[in-house]
Amino acid sequence: MREHLIEVGYLLAAVGFVLSLKWMSSPPTARRGILAGEIGFGIAIAATLAKPEITGEGYIWIAAALLIGSAIGVPLGLLVPMTAMPQRIALSHAFGALAAGVVGTAEYYLRSEEISRFTMGVLGAEVLLGFLVFTGSLMAAGKLHEILPQRPLTYRGQNVANFALLGAAVGIVIVLVLDPGLAYLFPVLIALALVFGVLLIIPIGGADMPTVIALLNSYAGLSAAALGFVLDNRLLIVAGALDGTSGLILSIIMCRAMNRSFTNVLFGAFGQLQHTAETAEVGQIRSASPDEAAEIMKAARLVIVVPGYGMAVAQAQHKVRELADALLAEGVDVRFAIHPVAGRMPGHMNVLLAEANVPYDRLFDMDEINGEFPQADVVLVVGANDVVNPAARHDRGSPIYGMPILEADKAQCVMVIKRSMRAGFAGIENELFYNPKTVMIFGDAKEVVGDLVAEVSGATASLGH
Amino acid sequence: MTTEAIITSLFIFALAGMLGLEVIRRVPKLLHTPLMALTNALSAIALVGSLVILGAQETRYATILGFLAVVASTINVVGGFLITDKMLRMFRRRERPRASAETERGS
Repeated sequence: MREHLIEVGYLLAAVGFVLSLKWMSSPPTARRGILAGEIGFGIAIAATLAKPEITGEGYIWIAAALLIGSAIGVPLGLLVPMTAMPQRIALSHAFGALAAGVVGTAEYYLRSEEISRFTMGVLGAEVLLGFLVFTGSLMAAGKLHEILPQRPLTYRGQNVANFALLGAAVGIVIVLVLDPGLAYLFPVLIALALVFGVLLIIPIGGADMPTVIALLNSYAGLSAAALGFVLDNRLLIVAGALDGTSGLILSIIMCRAMNRSFTNVLFGAFGQLQHTAETAEVGQIRSASPDEAAEIMKAARLVIVVPGYGMAVAQAQHKVRELADALLAEGVDVRFAIHPVAGRMPGHMNVLLAEANVPYDRLFDMDEINGEFPQADVVLVVGANDVVNPAARHDRGSPIYGMPILEADKAQCVMVIKRSMRAGFAGIENELFYNPKTVMIFGDAKEVVGDLVAEVSGATASLGH
Repeated sequence: MTTEAIITSLFIFALAGMLGLEVIRRVPKLLHTPLMALTNALSAIALVGSLVILGAQETRYATILGFLAVVASTINVVGGFLITDKMLRMFRRRERPRASAETERGS
């Protein structure tokens, strides 16, 4: 009876999880989704605690572990600033994968004598995935937090070395399937997985992080699902499958938005592609001061802002919102154009701008807004580069050729806030900067936008409002 | 695990995956970061497995691993739900409808 009630509890939890994802389909229902997920989780934990295997002393240990986990989890949930969100997400992938890997390891040592071949195969794959996602996500978090260099590190024979390592790990799993009793091989498998996770992320640069984070998300889900097979727990299978597909969908969207394939992201080392750029028939650069730019913007009917990772680095999102407010007060329509891979994780720009109080119905996806650029009087590019490079449309030699871009160059006037004329992440010259319609405003994004705000609203004041 | 149980589990995995594809395709790009945070919290359901390992106290070694796993997944569950909620609270519509912005232009 108790067994069945526990299963029913898991079923209810699974329903809660599906509903929670379903309600994520629009902002007004999304918070209800969290509640559904939390209720599902509560039921799942309660059902598990009712299992007869758990001993009296076990409950004390469980209480202690839950307390410690919560004590670390609450500050990680409440205190981490939005600007640190990409590394926060990567870090949580690491924790999730560690838990999955460790449970798999414990299962192996508890059951290796009676384990079936199928279970051993799944368990091997699960442990491999779990531990490689653990170190891989730690590496990604380190790169995003700029403890580790963001530039891709490559060396000759890198892919061969990585594949050899992965091959060795898979080989060990196969040997263990044939003879699960070879316990001395298990630590070797864990070690190889841990090293492979590090090596996998080393050649990946900052601009590819959105894809990689999504992919790690997917792997973490798959390892949870595999754990479900090992433990014969259907709730784990459902939750893992949901997480796995979510990560997969996100990574496909990211790859499409860069016109690249998975293999190219993982093994291509984008940033190292030294494109010998004679492309840029290096033309005249026109630069403007903030007060000149402010005059043009105030006279505009529609201003489209294109934010990029540079806005996040300069922490300029609040100033950008102030500028939008100042322009709106002048009767200018302001919209934000968000490229899917702008920033360092899927949806990065949306979260930053939402934090800065920009209403979400001013944020537009690339597909929604690309048709509107010709009507825009001014496009203001804040810390974005490759996502507005017209070379993606016509220059077959460019590494970003074929990548869908925000068609900023179709607007009447383009203003680019940029620190210097250094090339973007991909190391490619951006011909948009040499376009006769473009003016460059050099300086730190936060300061420049601050000056623009002062000019736009200051001028209003002097008109005697 | 019997062959029958394996087949049933594969059914569940495949169907849950298909369901996931359909449901998650409908999540707008706007909410992709909260989506990642949420699925992350959900995938910490490995907690269910770790609770049993820690609670069953079969060997000292398993207990230590179970403890580590419960701590790690609890961090994810608690932190994941809190941060998703914190993010979603920031997403709001503009306060005034577009019409009032138009009238303002006339003033």
